[in-house]
This record gives sequence, C-alpha cells and structure tokens, in this order.
Amino acid sequence: MSETDTPMIEVKNLVKAFGSKYALRGVSLRVMPGESLVIFGPNGAGKTTLVRILSSLSRPSNGTVRIGGLDLLKHADGIRRYLGVVSHAPLLYDSLTAEENLRFFAGLYGMDKPDERIKAMLQRVGLWGRRGDLVRTFSRGMVQRMAIARALLHDPEVLLLDEPDTGLDPQAAEMLHGLLSELSRRPGAVASGSAAGIERPRTIVTVTHSIERGLAIADKVVILANGRVAFESPVDGMTAAEFRPIYDEKCSPSAPPTTAGVNGGGR
Amino acid sequence: MRFWKAVTAIIWKDIRAELRTKDIFSSMFVFALLSVIVFNFAFELRVPDMKMVAPGIVWVAITFAGTLGLNRAFVIEQDKGSLAGLLLAPVDRAAIYFGKMLGNLLFIVVVTVILLPLVMIFFNLSLLSWQHILVLLLGIYGFAAVGTVFSAMAVNTRAREVMLPILLFPVLLPVLVAGVKMTGSLLDGEPLSDVANWLQLVAIYDVGFTVVAYLTFGFVVEE
Repeated sequence: MSETDTPMIEVKNLVKAFGSKYALRGVSLRVMPGESLVIFGPNGAGKTTLVRILSSLSRPSNGTVRIGGLDLLKHADGIRRYLGVVSHAPLLYDSLTAEENLRFFAGLYGMDKPDERIKAMLQRVGLWGRRGDLVRTFSRGMVQRMAIARALLHDPEVLLLDEPDTGLDPQAAEMLHGLLSELSRRPGAVASGSAAGIERPRTIVTVTHSIERGLAIADKVVILANGRVAFESPVDGMTAAEFRPIYDEKCSPSAPPTTAGVNGGGR
Repeated sequence: MRFWKAVTAIIWKDIRAELRTKDIFSSMFVFALLSVIVFNFAFELRVPDMKMVAPGIVWVAITFAGTLGLNRAFVIEQDKGSLAGLLLAPVDRAAIYFGKMLGNLLFIVVVTVILLPLVMIFFNLSLLSWQHILVLLLGIYGFAAVGTVFSAMAVNTRAREVMLPILLFPVLLPVLVAGVKMTGSLLDGEPLSDVANWLQLVAIYDVGFTVVAYLTFGFVVEE
C-alpha cells in the first residue's frame, strides 16, 4: 500500500469537537508500516474518538489523517479496504450465524472465494464448531472473538483495535494476544509455527487499559489525556513498573496541559 | 458491478435476518391490520359510501405501518453497532442506502400485498387493477426512498421513534396527497389519464428524492 519510509498512519493536529466539547485538541501521531502503537489513557481522553476518526466512521473537525500516504477524507472508500477494526460494539448481526456474518462481510469486501478464509478465521478464534449458530446465542467473549475474526477476515494492512480484550476470558485474551503478536511478527510468534500465512507485519493501533498487555505488543506507546498526546515514546524494553508512574503523572487531574505530538515526552 | 453486489448482499442480509426474527414484518402487519379494522368500525356507521374514506385509510395504514418498519430497520443496525460494520466496508455509502431502501421497500410491499385483500373485504371495494398497483408502487417507492434517509438521520437522535414521523411526514405530504387523490379517482371509475398530473408529480418526487438521497446519505450516516 505504501513505501516503507512513508508513515502508514500520519495524524496532524487532529481536532474533534462535539458541539462546544472537545474530544481531541490537536493530536499528531506517526505510525510506521509494521509498527504496533498502543494508546493508553483514562476514560474520556479521546481514545475511542481517535480510533473512530482513523477508521473513517467520524469526520475530524480540523486536522488531517493520512493512511498509506492517502488523505483519509478524500480516499475513504479505497482506504477502508486496508483497515480492520475491532471496537466496543461487535459490529455483527446477531440474527445471522457466525458463518453467515463472515460471508456477508466477505461479500462487502469483494472477496471472491472466501470459504477457505472464513474457515481459517473461525478456526483461529475457536468458533468453527459453532459456525452454524446464531451470534445472539454466543456469550460476550465469543461475540468478541467473532468481532476479531470479522476484523481480520479481509487480511487488512492496518488494524485498529479499541479495547479488543473486553469481555474475553483469560484463555481468549491469550489467544488474541498471540494473534496480535503474530500479526506484528513479534519475537517468538513465528517460532511457534502459528504465524503461517502472515507474510508481513501489520500496522496495529491498539487502545487498551491493560498496561501489561499493551506493553507486550507495543513498539511505541502514547498516553492520551484530555484530548492531547501527553506522552509518546518507543517501548524499548520499558516495563509496566517503569511505565505506571509516567501514566499516573500524565493522567492525574492536576497534570498541566501538554503540547500535542510531544516526541519522547517523559523519557 | 461491485456497487450492485453490495446492494444485493445488504438486501439478502436483511431478508435473512427478518425471516428469522420477523421483528419488522410482524409489527408493520399488525399495525396496518389494526388501523384498517379501527377505521372500518369508526367510519362504517357514519359514512354512506366507504369509497369516500377508503383511499385515505389505505394510505394512512401503509405509511404509518411503513414508518414502524423504517424505524426498526435502522434501530436494529444501530443498537448492535452493525451499522458501523457496514460503514467500515469499502463500499459506496450510496450502495448501503440502496440496499437498506430496497429492503424497506420490499417489506412494505409485502405488507401491502397482504393488506389489500383485507381492505377489499372490509370495505367491499376492488383495488386489483394495474392502475391501482402502479399508483401504490410509485407512492410506496417514494415513501421508502425518503423514509430510509430520514430513518438513518433519526436513529442517532434521542427520541428516535418520535423523531422519524415528525421529520418524515411533512416531506412525505405530496406523495400522500397524490396517492389518496389517485386511488380515490380510480375507485370512482375515472381513467388513469385523468390523474396524469398527480402521477407525474409522484414520479418526479421519486426520482428527485432518490437522487438527493444518493448524494446525501454519506453525510447523514457519518458523525
């Protein structure tokens, strides 16, 4: 989709206002191809709004978003083909079966012969045995696993994950973590042999509250607070114990407003 | 080609889901049937010729029941977040509009097909002529074309069930008036050529609002 020296995702001075309330106040970010960015932040920091704008579900009030070098507002239809999104809502039809859901979305994504891919994805999330069951009969965790299968169905270049482990039991969360590691080709993943078929690392943006899980899959971390980038840094072996005080400081109500796009801000 | 594949996929998805749940159809049909029965009892004793009120009853039953269906069609998408799933797909927003609109149109037509014989029995009228069917189809298409856009608009508001009819009926008035006028004239035995002006009005309305909806639906469904 793009040259390797071009950022896969480039956000400049992004502002989003809902009436007089600002959800984002000038966010700037760069995510390189194959990079895994994890966004932390307290409730109301603007994380979900940012993911909704990146996924073209919401229009920014100001600022630009480029994905794969293309302006998102001008080329949204083309860019959507390269995006896989997991959000708070499962984005599924509960009156359709698991297989019917994936077949429907495969059709929308223009996949000609999706049978093998549907089977592979349902097997990957452990729902092949339930493929003929209506999604409304699934537990919260199973629905979330289906949401992950739907997001990965068309083999997207860019994954936007908004709290993807919501509702997952520890085993399913581990499965998701393994899958994300494979997709970003992190150490150990290929050796497990389960990364077959993944030819290149995907660019992944994950929003999570779990510092441990987030750091484990991140190349770079960002803390969003009050709609601004309060901290941005490569992980470089940073541990949860090192990161937690930074998070607490940046997200405390008394923290001063920060300049958008601080690079390497607290480290 | 991909445009119409997406349209077809959305229609089939809605039909398949509706065949399982019967959420939309059951509420529309029961409401339309109750409207006809209530109006029948209300007017039977006071109106000398039911032809005088039947056109209004038919169109009110169809549009009120249709409004229920339109509401449900997008509420189902919105409540489960599946509308966002549709919007994330790399298809033209207009394909989503046509898919939802043609699905709505189909459900309203099915309810109308079942309702008409009941109206004919209750009011002792004949509505089975190609002229009546043409008038009904043109009117129902206009209703679905406009209603789908307003339904997508209303679904993001707090009082969405109330908001849809408030937004929709003022805009729908030309179709409703023309539909009642044409059905009434045809029931009186007048030829279709006598209501050609009304027919043209509805045809222009249908084309015009389809184009407007095609151009604006993307802005309606995005934040």
